[in-house]
Amino acid sequence: MEDVAIIGVGLHPFGRFGAKPALEMGAEAVRAACADAGAEWKDVQFAFGGSFEVDNPDAVTGQLGLTGIPFMDVYNGCATAATALELTADAIRAGKYDIGVAVGMDKHDPGAFTSDPVDYGAPAWYGEMGYFLTTKFFGMKINRYMHDHGISHETLARVAAKAFRNGALNPNAFRRKPVAEADILASRMLNYPLTQYMFCAPDEGAAAAVLCRADIASRFTSSPVYLRATTLRTRRYGAHEVHSTWAAVEQDDAPTVYASRAAYEQAGIGPEDVDVVQLQDTDAGAEVIHMAENGFCADGEQERLIAEGATEIGGSLPVNTDGGLIANGEPVGASGLRQVHELVLQLRGRAGERQVPGTPRVGYAQLYGAPGTAGVSILST
Amino acid sequence: MTQVAFAPDVFTWPSDEPQLIGGRCPRCAAVAFPLAPACPRCGTPEMDRHLLPRRGTLWTWTTQEFLPKEPYAGGETFETFRPYGVGLVQLGDEVRVEARLTESDPKVLEFGMELELVVVPFRTDEDGTEIVTYAFQPV
Ligand SMILES: [Zn+2]
Repeated sequence: MEDVAIIGVGLHPFGRFGAKPALEMGAEAVRAACADAGAEWKDVQFAFGGSFEVDNPDAVTGQLGLTGIPFMDVYNGCATAATALELTADAIRAGKYDIGVAVGMDKHDPGAFTSDPVDYGAPAWYGEMGYFLTTKFFGMKINRYMHDHGISHETLARVAAKAFRNGALNPNAFRRKPVAEADILASRMLNYPLTQYMFCAPDEGAAAAVLCRADIASRFTSSPVYLRATTLRTRRYGAHEVHSTWAAVEQDDAPTVYASRAAYEQAGIGPEDVDVVQLQDTDAGAEVIHMAENGFCADGEQERLIAEGATEIGGSLPVNTDGGLIANGEPVGASGLRQVHELVLQLRGRAGERQVPGTPRVGYAQLYGAPGTAGVSILST
Repeated sequence: MTQVAFAPDVFTWPSDEPQLIGGRCPRCAAVAFPLAPACPRCGTPEMDRHLLPRRGTLWTWTTQEFLPKEPYAGGETFETFRPYGVGLVQLGDEVRVEARLTESDPKVLEFGMELELVVVPFRTDEDGTEIVTYAFQPV
């Protein structure tokens, strides 16, 4: 199996951009990724494009050059971009192509996501009666977690405050103003114990990466980052996940736990080797839970780690250095490639004001979304 | 006043002792809610109708404090919307179900508290028909 290198990353800022179509943002992200790689679009042999709102991400070729390449469209909930990345990497690993692009783009209406619950395997009444809300699930999950493991409301506020602080250092972020912990706690309660400023919001943006066979990476760049693992997992019987009317009494771990274990095994490294982390912080509670689900600490240890500043940019376990979903918002198709973009900048030592000190060598990214799907990627220099 | 059950396939009503209508796998005995065409554990493409226990305990909970977007059909406006509680309620040792709670005050809701299934008003239509749904109420 061929090893895979990421040779270029590109990003269209996340936020609100008026009438600008998602496809135009996608094209800008791909151009930026190609320029970063020192490659041209005509060098690209294939692509995977992810989006929730855009039916045909492959239409981006109309703005990049109609070169006739195979361009496959994917949608996999919040794990869409991890899926595009995995499929692009797999095609290179299998030896089918030498160089390809993974791109994600989206443009959502403001406010909580909505859709037809039937398309998520839930009955129509689940939506009509007011259960079909991802935010409600996250409220229930962190509430029990806080009860079981002694996590405080202040810890949730610290996580959100860190996201806004890091976002302020990131010119591409949606939310760029620090918010005080007291204001986060005092903002409107949406789904107890989660307040308005503890949640990410759907928005707009695009991100892309150029991948190639590791043995030809030096033709393009002197600073390749290697993709050591990509894994995806769905929920198992016994896991309580987003948009489920029920859960089994006999409990099993969340899909993130399985995706994470498999990724460490694939990469041949452990959580102790990871220098910079990007986690799905749909809400501040999700970041806390995902720290443990991805093996970075034991359940409950977050209370101390976060109070001590371990997850800050200068801490021992920097998490969501670009502000994560809370500061960047979530254009679903692009979100996971935004994580990869940030990790590549960090591992190259080019993350500017938010650069993790020392020489970070290993980066880790995790996505989680409806109806219980997780994706993990591990990168290293 | 005419009362009509919202999603009548989901709970037994009219009844003094309403129950949720779940499904039980004829092969592996997994219990799920609502009654669905296949078993979520083993994939057997049939489930037997199975009435769930009326009483349970609160496994976890949250509050819904903003008006959900469509397809929500509660009929409230931003002005009339009142927060409701939502819980994951464990019914015996059979299954946990997501359900509205009649209580929405975080100071009153407690992990493990005893709950009982009740039928409550959901909305009133223009012709005066009252639509009812199920919820769990502290015992
Ligand atoms: Zn079964």
